Formats: sequence, structure tokens, C-alpha cells
Amino acid sequence: MNDWRYRFAEQRGTLLALLIFLVMFVIYVSNHPAGFTANVVQTAANKGVLLAFVAMAQTFVVLTAGIDLSVGMVFILCNCLASYLVVGSPSTTALGLFAVLATGLVCGAINGLVVVFGRLQPIVVTIATGAIYFGLALLLRPNPGSTANFNSDLADALTGKLPGGIPASLVALFVVVLIIWVPFRRSVIGRAAYAVGSSETAAYMSGMPTRSAKLVAYALSGLLGAIGGLFLTFFTYSGEASLANGNTYTLFSIAAVVLGGVSLFGGKGSAIGAIFGALAFRTIGDLLFVFDLDPLWQPLFQGVVLLLAICLGSARLFQVKNRLDLFA
Amino acid sequence: MDDVVPLFRMEGISKRYGGVKALENASLTVQAARVHAILGENGAGKSTLIKIMSGVVAPDAGRMLLEGQSVQFANPAAANAAGIVCIFQELSLIPDLTVADNIVVSNPPTRFGMIDRRAQRRIAEEALARAGGEDIHPMALVKDLPLSRRQIIEIAKALARKPRLLILDEATSALTAADVSKVFDVLRRLRAEGLALLFISHRMHEIAEIADDCTIFRNGRNVATYRAGSKTDNEVVELMIGREYSHVFPPKKPLPPSDQPPVLDVRNLSWTQRLKDVSLTARAGEVVGLGGLDGQGQRELLLALFGVLRGASGEVLIDGKPTRIGSPRVAKSRKIGMALIPEDRKTEGLMLPMSVRDNLSFAALGNLSHAGVVDQRAERAAVDEMIRLLAIRTDGIDVPAGSLSGGNQQKLVIAKWLMVSPRIILLNDPTRGIDVGTKEEIYALLRKLADSGAAIVLYSTEYDELVGLCDRVIVLYDGAIKRTLVGSEITERALIGSALNIATDDREPGAKPVVEA
Amino acid sequence: MTTDNAPLPAKRPSLLRRIDPAIATAFGCIVLLLLIGSVYSSNFLSPEYLLQQLKVASFLGIIATGMMIVVLMGQIDLSVPWVVTVGAMMSAAAASYGVVGETLAIPFGILCGVALGLVSGFGVAYLRIPSMIVTLAVNAVAQGLMVVYTGGFSPQDTATFAMRFLATGTTILGIPNALIVWAITGALVIFLLSRTIFGRAVYAIGNRERAAYLSGVATQRIVLLAFAISGGLSAFGGVLLAGYASKAAQSMGDAYLLPAIAAVVLGGTSILGGRGNYIGTVAGVILITLLQSILAVMQIAEFGRQIIYGAVIIAMLLLYGRERLQR
Repeated sequence: MNDWRYRFAEQRGTLLALLIFLVMFVIYVSNHPAGFTANVVQTAANKGVLLAFVAMAQTFVVLTAGIDLSVGMVFILCNCLASYLVVGSPSTTALGLFAVLATGLVCGAINGLVVVFGRLQPIVVTIATGAIYFGLALLLRPNPGSTANFNSDLADALTGKLPGGIPASLVALFVVVLIIWVPFRRSVIGRAAYAVGSSETAAYMSGMPTRSAKLVAYALSGLLGAIGGLFLTFFTYSGEASLANGNTYTLFSIAAVVLGGVSLFGGKGSAIGAIFGALAFRTIGDLLFVFDLDPLWQPLFQGVVLLLAICLGSARLFQVKNRLDLFA
Repeated sequence: MDDVVPLFRMEGISKRYGGVKALENASLTVQAARVHAILGENGAGKSTLIKIMSGVVAPDAGRMLLEGQSVQFANPAAANAAGIVCIFQELSLIPDLTVADNIVVSNPPTRFGMIDRRAQRRIAEEALARAGGEDIHPMALVKDLPLSRRQIIEIAKALARKPRLLILDEATSALTAADVSKVFDVLRRLRAEGLALLFISHRMHEIAEIADDCTIFRNGRNVATYRAGSKTDNEVVELMIGREYSHVFPPKKPLPPSDQPPVLDVRNLSWTQRLKDVSLTARAGEVVGLGGLDGQGQRELLLALFGVLRGASGEVLIDGKPTRIGSPRVAKSRKIGMALIPEDRKTEGLMLPMSVRDNLSFAALGNLSHAGVVDQRAERAAVDEMIRLLAIRTDGIDVPAGSLSGGNQQKLVIAKWLMVSPRIILLNDPTRGIDVGTKEEIYALLRKLADSGAAIVLYSTEYDELVGLCDRVIVLYDGAIKRTLVGSEITERALIGSALNIATDDREPGAKPVVEA
Repeated sequence: MTTDNAPLPAKRPSLLRRIDPAIATAFGCIVLLLLIGSVYSSNFLSPEYLLQQLKVASFLGIIATGMMIVVLMGQIDLSVPWVVTVGAMMSAAAASYGVVGETLAIPFGILCGVALGLVSGFGVAYLRIPSMIVTLAVNAVAQGLMVVYTGGFSPQDTATFAMRFLATGTTILGIPNALIVWAITGALVIFLLSRTIFGRAVYAIGNRERAAYLSGVATQRIVLLAFAISGGLSAFGGVLLAGYASKAAQSMGDAYLLPAIAAVVLGGTSILGGRGNYIGTVAGVILITLLQSILAVMQIAEFGRQIIYGAVIIAMLLLYGRERLQR
């Protein structure tokens, strides 16, 4: 049987994102003044991993044909929270980590509950809850700051290099994929999430658990946002309630998801694609830097890349034969 | 066959939707290892019957027996568990999932809480093989497969649920002849395995080929059950017609001959697989009917004429001049003057939460405004006139359109289009689901419009409307014109006969080669 | 529901019937806030204070007007933050080009907003990309453009006299010019929405785009136009804000997205489109402005404002904006 053809087709979006990333990364490294060294890779990985977590978070919701505009704010809130709680001895640190992750999960679950049981549009719900989460972050950290007994050993371990020069953050990302994404992808709930995004009516008629699928997707999105927030804290040792940062991460997560081959209309794509999308998007942004172009052009460049990526997604329109289908 | 306990039996089943009787005291007996065909014209109650059997709706009265045991189904899952599985007309597959995912969708095999992909693959391959879809790869995405393959997957999905009674509702309507014969091989094998099969199709030759028993439904009742092959096609049609109607139609007037080109002249219109070389004309003052079973391309024909469909080929002549109609906006322009009363008044005809006034004037605002500013006095006058003309019962013109009764909503849709003074009026089943009184008002109105010079193209699922209203009826089958009936040829018998694409003895249908003077 | 044979009931008073419960609630909340405020400070009910509040409300009011038109179509405009900033920076920039620049500063700023709105509108209407995504991307592009233009710092250009006059001046009876500008804008939009083909089409598209299209309305053009208007109004808000502060600043628009959406939703405009009244938006804008003022008086910090916005939007949505149950 020619399974490989179908395996390939299934992963085409992911592979394309991987390809874009590799090409961009090769261009980046070969033009980098320092060349391909462990330090260059580590810096790139640490920057990319943050967006990768947030993009994964966005993927869960986008797969169900929803959108999570609060994901950047969950990220910021958990950053502020972690700057207080990841402190002291291993046991208090563990407790802190748990509390941060639980907070993210609850934030996501609240989004899910309001969307599913309030029957409201995900976009306004998450804009509103995003404001609430940001407000809480401001409450925690009216000014950027850190805690004296912050567990920087753990932070250094997770952001440093492992023997062999492998960035620890990449390994952490890999572990998260393995214990969260892979089981989700293979579970009945995960399949229902894809089905909801593809055709909610058909999924409902087939007796799939559509509501729980959406709830779980939103909750996991919150969890991944929290993991991202933790890592931001590991990099900076501090917490900052930055509105601009939150908005930027939300926006970039959408860009990463689109680049990673996840359909904004739901039902198609994978978090692994979104990770490569995130890494590629980060590298594209940094390309300007190695080419000695004015870094001022970076936001514009990223914005244009995002706009073009989105427009490419609308190519399917030209296959529509019955114009009434456009208004479904 | 009568002395054994039948696999499934339903007795005295009745079901009403609002005021409409869908089924009344219907009964049906299905035996294991037999193919039982259900026949009946549009609205005879077939689909309600199936929905009750498969647990989608609950009957108002009556009982169901499975192997002699009384059963009730709260939902489709309960019916599935009892071994009754239905393949519905509208596909329930999830486009972005793989074939295998879809086949096991309701009950995937799991190991340690995760979906066991290997087991899933095995189940899918087995089910596909039983359904005659060995060539379909279980890892293909459903959305990448053509309709005929999807139908096979539907069957495989049903088989994976281990049914004892399998219901196929128009399951072959999307298939080519070659695919149908493949499906029939599968059905025969399933029958040999002891499954009971309930087969609903409009294709008489298919029923003749596969069915063991047939039951005819009319007006929500089973009127005859017989061994397949024991009745002629004519006898079957005879049993299907005779729906009770009591409508009064306005008198038709013969159209004087004219050397004017027809207002609407369509030549060789084709669109994807749904319309095939359709040609028709409509003259001023003429009511042209579109007949045939539901879903044979009538809707697409109207939409294509109105400029909604992309990539339609063929020629449209308005007043004898070739014209390209690329959008509804062009279609309604003064030069063409076309109006379409769409299929679904709630989603296509009206904006229900908006006021009666806003709805009525919406299509005609171009004529009621200066430089984009609505002339409210002119609008008010025009709206009032329409309400009077069509006797629309409404609590003022500022109430939402949604607060009107169904019949008045439909009048609103028609009135909305009359406000643009159209010369060509296309109607898509305009009397569906409305009361008798309003229907008759609409009939009179349509005739009046024709008499005042409009060309009318009317699609109706009710044969008596075509008989009572139309000067000419074009019967579509599978997207192509099967027959054109003119004047006194338009009878219910001829309509049903040609709709089913079979020969009846009033005339030979145009489909078959006939030697005639 | 009327039945077919029921006689026409006597006409109910149309005013009572037309009052939307959401708008009534919004006005009720305004009165309530004023009462609460007056407990804190006796100044709260003074004409000076109220006029000052209305002046501050005008900027939000103009921005929320554009948002409302887009929301009426069932869409949303998330490009507000940087389109506002573009309007402010570009008008201030034009001001430095002599007399010609000075005269054209205001229209130039608005025109830049219209251009960005056209990009969003094109994506929504013709490429059929969900509006929240296109407008987010346009927001990013607008930000990028401004960062390149300003070099990442707040520009040194100052607002023209006309801009400052419109934003801070007063004319007759001490009524702030900004309020008059908002009133004129509002009157125009009320006229546009209730008396023109465009307005009817906006409501129709919001209710049922399919039906509007089948009625022979150029729905795509209407959507494009509506986004252009929204962009123009956001930029105009930015122009006035630049006049208010005498100059433009980075991310000066960030504080306006959430309040604009909140004002529209609080005013009873359905987020699903098709239903809403401009008077409601006016009420929403005043309500939000008073709320901000009271939170400031009560010395509740920014975090409280954010949380209250979020909670209030969700509460209003749950009350008025739920989707119909699945069939």
C-alpha cells in the first residue's frame, strides 16, 4: 500500500513549515557574523521556543475553528505569577510551577466555558477575558520586577545548554509536545476537536463529544500559554505586565499558526507545524538583523509576511462554483 | 414469509409537524435477508418514516417491534445499538478526517485511552472491503474523494456499526451506473449474509433490479405492499398518484402566437455535473413549469439563470439578444428585469429581524432613492401599495418580518420582488409549507402577473401546481431535460412517469428512442 | 406572532416598542454612575465636569462610530490601535510641510486611515478572510509603517492649529468643539445608517448576507466601503487626539480598542451583526467614559479598569449577544 503518499499529504503543511524554517535558518546562520555555533543556536532557540509555546496554544483553539485572542495575556499573566511563585527550595518551586500551570489551565477553561455554554463568539470572548487576565497581571506587577529568592538554578538549567551543546529549551519543547500534543492528537477528544473544526454539524450528527472537545482545546490552550509564560520568566528572571508584549505574542501566534499550515477555518494542521511556523517566523524577523538592515524595518516586515500568509490561505475561494456557498 | 416473526415491524405510526400530517397510521414490515424498496412521490412521508425508524424523531402514535419485542429509540445512537443504521441523503462525513477516522467515528477502538490506529485501520479495511471500496485508501482524506466514493464510505461506516437493518435513503442518487452496480453487488452480498435492507430510490429500474419487496406510500400512508416484479410500472404510478388536493387554480388563457423573440431563451446551459445542456424558452405571458423529482437540477437551473453560479456554460438570450448575467445585481437591472423568489424564505428571501418595510423595499431601493438617499415618502407609498395588492396581513410596516406567519412571509418575498417590476420571474417552490388560502392567493397572483406580460418560470415540488398553473412543463432528470409537456399533456400521471424516467402509456417519454409521426 | 386570521391589533406606541432594553440599561447605568460619583464628589454633577467628560468622550465616540458600522455587518475591526496612531502621526507629519501641509493635515490623516481600511475591507469582502484576522494583520502593518517612519520614537511634529482648535477649543456657550465634531459625525452616521441604501445594506448584510446578495445588492462593495469608513473614522479620532495632546505618540491608540468594542456592545449593538442603534453607541461611549472617570476618582488603578472592561463586555454579551441554539 502506498501509505507514504498519504502520510506525506497529512504532514504537508508541517513539512512545508519545516522547509521554510530550515531555509531561513540556513540563510540566517550562514550570514551570522559568529556562524553556526552552539551559542547562536541557543539564542535562536530560546527566542523561538517562547513563540512556539504560544503558537501551540493558539493551535488547539484554531483547530476547532475558533480563535484565542487572550493567549498573549495568559502568557503575560503567568509570567507575572511565576516571577513570584517559582522561588526557594525544590519543593516550593514545584508547588509554584504547579500553581502557574493550573492558573493557565483555568484561564483557558474559563474561555472555553464562556464560548461553549455562553454560546458566544470566541473572538469577543477572548478579547474580553484577555483584558481581565491582563488586569490581573497588572495587579500582580504594576511595575516590572522580580523576587529575591527566584529559583534561578532551575531557570538556568532550562534555558542553558545540555551536554553536546543542545539547547535545553528545545528539549523542553520536545517533552511538552510528547506529553501534551501527542496524546491529544491520538485521543478521542482530540479527534473530535478536529471534527468540530472541519464540520461542526457533521461532528454533532456523528455523535462526537463536540462540547468537551472545545472545552479541552481551550483549556489546553491556556496551559500552553502558561508554559510559555514560565519560560519567559526563566529567561528574564522577572515579571512584566506589558500590554504591547501580550498583543505582540497573540498576533505572532496567529502568524505562526498560519505559516505552520494550520487552517484558520479549522480542522486542519498540527501543533508541530505551528512550532516550525513559530521558529520560521522568528527567523524571518531576525534575517533583517544579519543582513545589517535597520532593525526598525522588522515590525513592518513581519506585518507584511503575516498579511501575505493570510491572503494565500484564501486561494481556496477560487474553487467555489456556487457563489451562495461563500455566504454559508 | 408471513409465519416467521419479521425482523422489524411498525404499526399505526403517525407523525405531525405543526399542522402538517407527515405520516398517518402507517405500517411496514421488514424481513431479514431481503431488500425492501419504498416508493412514493415527493412528500409522501418516506423520509419521516426513515427518521422514526432510525431514532431521529419520535412518532406521535404507533409502535415498533424488533423481532417481536416492542422498542423505542430516544436517539440515533439507541437505534444503532439495536442494529438499525441509516445512511442519510445528506452526507454526514467529516471532510478533514481520513476515511478510516470517519468509518470508526462513533466508536473508535482505544488502547490505554488512546485511539488504536492499527485496530482502526483493520476495522476500516474490513468495512471498506465489505462495502465494495477496496480501492479506497483508509488514509485518504474524505474531502479529496469524489462523491461516489464518499457514498461507499458512508456504507462502510454504517457496516462498521454491525447493523441488522440497513436503511439506504437515496444512497445511489449521486452514483454513476458503474458505481451503482458495484453497490448492488455489495447489497446482494449483505442480503445473503442475512441483513435486512430498506432501499429508497427514485430510480425505478434500480428498484426492479435489486428489490424483493416494495411498499408504496401516498399521503403519509402505506397504500400497497407487493412482491417486486408483480406490478407493471403503470400500476405503480397509478398507486403513487392521487394525492389529495383541493386547490382552486385560476383559468389558463391560451397565448396568442407572436413573432416576438421570447423574453427568456436559454440554450445549452451546463454547470458542473448538475446541469446538462438545458435549453428552454419563456415568452411574455407564459408560465413555464420545472418538474421532476426533487434535486434533479431545478434549483441550480434557477440559480444559474440568476447569475449566482460560477462557470456555467451556454447561452442566455433576453429579448433575443445574447446577455451575460454575472450576478443577481445584473439580473435585476432594468435591462434584464429578472427576479428570483428563492428556495428558503427564512435565510435567502428575507432578513427576518428587519422590519416589513425594510424587507419589502430592499431589492427596489435603487428605484426609490436619489443619489443613494432613500425617498421615504416614495418608499412608504410603494410599500403600502404592495401590502394592499398582496393583502399581506401585518401589524404595521415597522414590525419585524419574522413576526408574520409563514404564508405572509412568503407573500413578503414575492412582493419584495414585484417592487422592482420584473419581466422575468423565477420561483423556487414558492408555496412550500404555507397554508391553503395563501397558496391560492399566490396562484391567482402568478396568473395575473403572466397575463400582464411577465414570463414566469416556476419550480414546484407539488405536481398539482404544475398541472394547474403551467402552460408548459419541462421535466428534469439528473440535470437534463427528459421531457417537455405542453397544454393538455400536463397531467399528474405524465409528470410522475417522466419524473421517474419510466414509460407510461399516455405517451412515450422523450428519453427513449421512439418512432413517432 | 400574528396568525393569519387575526384582526389587526391597535397600534402600540412605536416609541415604547422601539426602545431597546440594552440601550435603556446603558442609560440607566449612566444615571447610576452619576449618582455614585456625586456621593464621592459634589463636582460630579456640575456642568463643567459633565462638559469635560463629554469632550473626553468625543474622541472615543468618533472611533466607536466606525467600529459600530463594522460590527453591524457582523464583522470587527481590530486595527483601531494603530490606525488611530497613523491618523495622528500622519496629520502631524503633514503639518510640517508649510501652508499646504497645514491645510491638508486633517484630510491627509483621515485619508491614510481610509487607505488602511480599504486594505482590510478588500481582504474581508473579496478574499473572504475573517475580519478579525485581516484587521489584526493590517494593525501590524500600520505599526510597522509607523515604526519605520518615526524611527521608533515619538515624532517631534506638532499638531496644527486647526487640529488643536477642533480638539481643545470651545465656541458658543463654552461647548467643546470636540463635542460638536462628534455630534456632527454622529448625525451624519445616523443619516447614513437610517436613510441611505448603504445603511440598509449594512443592516441587511449583518442579518443575512446571503439574502442581501440574492436581493441584487453589491454586498462586497458595501463591506469594502464600511471598512474604509471605519478606518477613516479611527484615523480622524487619532487626528483629534493629536490635536488634544498637541502631538502624536507611539501606541497612543492602544487604549482605544477595548473601550470602542465595549461601547458598541454596551450600547446594544449585536456582535453578530444586523441589530443596533447609534443612540446606543452614544450611551455606551458616555458610560465607558464616566466609568473611567469614576475609577480614576476612586483611585482604582489601570488593572481594575481592564478587569472591569472585560467583565462588563462578557456580562453584556451573555445578556444580549448569545447565538441561537444549534438546530
